[in-house]
Parts: sequence; C-alpha cells; structure tokens
Amino acid sequence: MNLYESFRLALRALTANKLRAALTMLGIIIGVGAVITLMSAGQAVQNYVTDQFRGIGSNLLFIAPGQFASNRRGGPASASTGGKGLTNGDAEALRDPLAAPDIAMVAPELTGAATIKYGSESALFSVSGVLPEYSTLRNAYPEVGSFINEQDQAAGSRVVALGPDVVKKLFPENAYPVGAIVRIDDVAFKVVGVMHAKGGSGFGNEDNVAFIPLSTAQTRIFPSRGGRGDYHVSLVYVQAVTENRSNAAAQEIKEIIRRRHSIKPGDEDDFSVVSQADILSSFTDILGALTVFLGAIGAVSLLVGGIGIMNIMLVSVTERTREIGLRKAVGARRRDILAQFLVESVVLAVIGGIIGIVLGAFGSQAISLFNKDIRPVLSVNAIILATSVSAAVGLFFGIYPAARAASLDPIAALRYE
Amino acid sequence: MAGPVIRLENVARLYRLGDEEVQALRGVSLSFYPGDMLSVMGPSGSGKSTLMNILGCLDRPTSGSYWLDGEEVGQLKDSRLAAIRNRKIGFVFQTFNLLARTTALANCELPLIYSGMGQRERRERATAALAQVGLGERMHHRPNELSGGQQQRVAIARALINRPAIILADEPTGNLDSKSGVEILRLLQQLNQQQGITVLIVTHDPFVARHTQRIVRVHDGQVVGDDAVAQPLVAGEAVRPSDAALAATV
Ligand SMILES: Nc1ncnc2c1ncn2[C@@H]1O[C@H](COP(=O)(O)OP(=O)(O)OP(=O)(O)O)[C@@H](O)[C@H]1O
Ligand SMILES: [Mg+2]
Repeated sequence: MNLYESFRLALRALTANKLRAALTMLGIIIGVGAVITLMSAGQAVQNYVTDQFRGIGSNLLFIAPGQFASNRRGGPASASTGGKGLTNGDAEALRDPLAAPDIAMVAPELTGAATIKYGSESALFSVSGVLPEYSTLRNAYPEVGSFINEQDQAAGSRVVALGPDVVKKLFPENAYPVGAIVRIDDVAFKVVGVMHAKGGSGFGNEDNVAFIPLSTAQTRIFPSRGGRGDYHVSLVYVQAVTENRSNAAAQEIKEIIRRRHSIKPGDEDDFSVVSQADILSSFTDILGALTVFLGAIGAVSLLVGGIGIMNIMLVSVTERTREIGLRKAVGARRRDILAQFLVESVVLAVIGGIIGIVLGAFGSQAISLFNKDIRPVLSVNAIILATSVSAAVGLFFGIYPAARAASLDPIAALRYE
Repeated sequence: MAGPVIRLENVARLYRLGDEEVQALRGVSLSFYPGDMLSVMGPSGSGKSTLMNILGCLDRPTSGSYWLDGEEVGQLKDSRLAAIRNRKIGFVFQTFNLLARTTALANCELPLIYSGMGQRERRERATAALAQVGLGERMHHRPNELSGGQQQRVAIARALINRPAIILADEPTGNLDSKSGVEILRLLQQLNQQQGITVLIVTHDPFVARHTQRIVRVHDGQVVGDDAVAQPLVAGEAVRPSDAALAATV
C-alpha cells in the first residue's frame, strides 16, 4: 500500500467521525495558534522598537548622572541617584573638539514635572529645558511656529513649544495655539510652537512634553545647582560623528567627565554613558526571552494536544480491532497497518496545525488593537516551526497506537467483539 | 492429476495457557487437489477453526509441515505469510467481516490495495467480481443496506478477487437463513466448477456438507474420517430433507 492510499484511508477514517476528529485537533489548533500569535506579536513589537530606535539615530549616546545598577550588558535596569550629578559645565566640556574629536553635537536637558495652566484647564506635564540642538538631535520638530532658538536660550525667555498631547488637553478648541500665554508653575510663558506628533516611542511619550529654554528651566522652573554653583541637568544627549565612532565618543565622554568630577583611577564612574545600541540590544534580549517563553507556553499546549491525539488513536485502534484483523487476513503487512495509523495521526495533527496557523494569522493581526502604530507581522519562522512541530507531534504520539495496531494478532483481532 | 494444492504432514498445534497445554491439532495429515470442494465437520472444540487458521496462513503449526501450491509455508515470516494470504487465499467468515462504513465495491477492492494494484484496475476487477456474485446493482451500497446473504456475497466477491488458489469458508452459512445459505452454496459450487478454485467449508450442517465432494471429519484435534460424498447435491436443486433423514445419510 502506498502513501497516497494511506492518506486517502486516513481522510476517510477522520471524516467518518468529524466531531471526534475536531475535538482531538483542538489541542493542536490552540497550541499552534498560540505559538504563531505570540511569536508574531513578539516579532512585531521587536520590529516596532527597532524602527523607533532607528528613527532616533543610532549614533546617539546618553549620559545620565549616577551609576546604572548594573554595568553588565543586558542592562540599564534602574538608575541610582547620587554622585555629583551632571551640570552645564560637564556638557560644555564635551564640546571641546580637541578632547572630544568624535563628538558632533551635545544637548543637555533638564526635565521635571510641572503644572501647566491655560484658562480654566490645567494639568501636570513633563517640562523639558533644552537647547536648540535638541531639535536636530532628537528629531523633534515643530508642526507650526518655532522651536526654542539661540536668543531664547541666551535671554532666558519665557517661551514654550508644546507637545501635541499637551495642546489637546489645554486647548480643546484650538490645535495651533501659537501666541497664547500659558502658566507653567505660575510663571507665564508664551507659546511659540506646537510639536510634530511622534507617537509613543522607546522613551515614553514625547508628545506629552512642553519644551522651554534650558536657561529658563534652570533659573525659574527647576532651579538646582551643583557644588561649583553650576546648574544641574538631568541628561546629556551626545551625537557621535558617525555610528562607528560611538564607542570612541563614549570613551572620550568618560575621560572628560571623570576628570571634571575628580574621580580617582580605579573608582567607579558617578555617571553612566549608554549608547543607543546598548538599549536596543538589551531590549531585544528581553523581548527575545519573552518570545521564547510565550512560545514555550504554546509548545506545552502542543504537547497536551499530542497526548490527546495519542489517546484518541488508542481508542480508535481498539474500536477498529476487527477491521485490523480483516485487513491482515486479506494481506496487509505489519507496516501497512503501521503506516495507516501513523498517517492518520499525522494528518490529524497537520490539519489541526493548518487550522491553528489560520487562527494564528488572525491572532497576529490583533496586536495592532493594542497599539495601532505596531505593524502586525506574520512570523514565517513560526509557521514553519508550527507545521513541522505539529507533524512531529502527530508522528511521535501516533507511533505507540500504530505499533499496537500493527502488532495485533489477526486471529484474535478477527474474533474481537 | 496435478500435485496437491495443499499438503499437511503431521501438523500439530499446541496452545499454551500458563501451565496448561491444549492440543488443538495433533498430527493432522491431509492433501487437497486443485478443484477439490470439501467440507470439514466435527464437534465444537475439535480444532476445525485452528485447522482453517493454519491453512489460511493466519497461524503457524507448532510442528509438522504445510505446503501450499508447492511451497512450504509453515514457518515463513509474517510479511511473507501476509503476501500469501493476499494472493493465494480467499477467506469467507461466518460473520461476513465487511468494513461497515465502506461500499460493497470498496470492500471488494480491499485485498487489491495490499497487492499494490492501481486504482482503476482495482475498480474494474471489483466491479467484475461483484457482477459475478450477482450484486452488479448493489455496488455502491454499504453493508448495513444489504441483507445477510448479500453481505456474504460481497465477502465471496472479495475472497475471489485476487484469483486465489483456495477459498476457506468457516461456517459461511451459519448466520444465514436456509434460502440465502443455498445461494451462497451455489456461488461456491460455481467458483469451484467454473474456475477450478479449491473450496473448503467448515460446517456443522450435514445438508451443507452434502453439497461438497468430500467430507473430512475432525475429532479432538485428529482426522477421524475422510470420505467422498456419493452423490454431491447441486445447490438449489435439492430440497432440504428432515434433520433425521440427513443424519442417516451422512
Ligand atoms: N487462542 C487459543 N488459546 C488457547 N486455546 C485455544 C485457542 N484457540 C483455540 N483453542 C482451543 O483449541 C481447541 C480447538 O478450538 P477450535 O476453535 O479450533 O474449535 P472449533 O472446532 O472451531 O470449534 P467450534 O465448532 O466451536 O468453532 C479448543 O479446545 C479451544 O479451546
Ligand atoms: Mg470454529
């Protein structure tokens, strides 16, 4: 008997008992569906995050005060405060083209939360004191009006460029309230621009921020000074001249700031330099681990599905004992019977797998319900994996029942009631 | 005369159940020739079915030898026995043993699937075989849409489809009314006479046995009688006599 005959036979046996076949497949369907949905979702999120980072620019470095809890790769886990903090002076020192030839641009930022009020509307927002360079460095451009400029910084002007979400909240009627006066922590600011919407990104929601000149932030909104009377900043963005000079730039930053902070050789930094690549790779690691974990849950379901198949195949062999006896009497060899039942369980599993793939394909689209910016993908790897795994499950869990059928004694089988 | 189609020499079959041993067959020697039609009779438990299983290559003798069509088959391995069952032997069972969910045609084709025959040729052969047993109109019916006699005819068509050397029928009329039984006997007689297939029937019924040319009697695992039937009945022409009269004649 050839494979085609076994296949036809299997289909006939399965269609003879459709409900049972469907219920048996359920485990495989759920397992495969889950594997594909989860793996596709993982991949979609990964693509999304990678895109986001790419948008920011991969030659970007961040300097934050304090030491991240761990220096190991895989991790900015939590930033601890302490040390001297970072100041304007630190940022300015990085502009030295002799000491830091690989640094193209420096943009310190001072961030905090402040109440912004317009008319009767008021809410707490994130307020960032920045320099004009911030705009180029972070791809943050105004939709209308202008961003903070050199004169604003020099004069400590009370001007603000509002993120689109801030505008939505404070100006329900007016999308472009350029020229309006808002109060930030009770200081009057003139709105000079409305920022272009960026959507949520790897660094929280940048649409929810109000940008003011760094000098204004340091003197009026979040005044805080370091040991030498220099104003603090919360973060310094640095752009390396090219992507592959990022490591050299990081090295230069460390040397300059260690010297400025008088850190003795052998002592730990009191600041952290993190590159875009570091964050991306640790994010990818976490996501990868998560995807594997979710995939494992699906795999367990596949295993349970396989046991279900074995169970039903055993029942089916018992039910068809007489049929097996008869087939043997008219000339079926052991391996014919073995093939018949093996093909049947593989077909059962693979049909379940295909249905699961279809469900998974729908499921993988569902990711965009959570965040419409995430483009759903259908993980081809997951499909290949799921198909081969379900065939393997059918084969593996079919072997025992099929071997049992094949080894039945024809005389006893024919007499079986 | 050609050599025997079946030759048993001193065949024994011993069943072991724990410590207990059952001698189902003890030293049976028999020869059947091409074109023979014979019956095997004997009380229950005398070893008739055991004999049939060995003849049908479903079982092997514990000792002694068995030649089928000139080949010693007694100790062949399973896959060879399966091939011999497929090509040289046709089985007819008391309980028909048809596959419930498949048509008469598909049931009939079953042995050919294991001969590796292509689908079209299988279909042709099965159609012809069903026509031969008078079921040309019922090919696409399932067993539960057929009478007992019709089901047994499907089984006979299945048995003859691979042009076997011998048809083994264990109580083929045991589950049928007398009219259907006679029809089955007529079919078996036709196959025997027109195609020269050796037919062996196990039966408890003397009237059935009288339709064959020779009656082998088994008792307690041994052959105790092997007699030619004086004037075999022609199925359908003889009226069933009273049981008493039958007992006297056989
Ligand atoms: N699988 C087996 N295991 C043990 N003993 C068996 C087995 N099959 C048959 N026997 C024994 O062998 C003997 C012959 O049995 P067999 O089935 O050949 O009798 P039979 O002549 O066909 O009887 P009946 O007319 O009732 O069908 C009996 O004593 C039976 O109990
Ligand atoms: Mg019997």
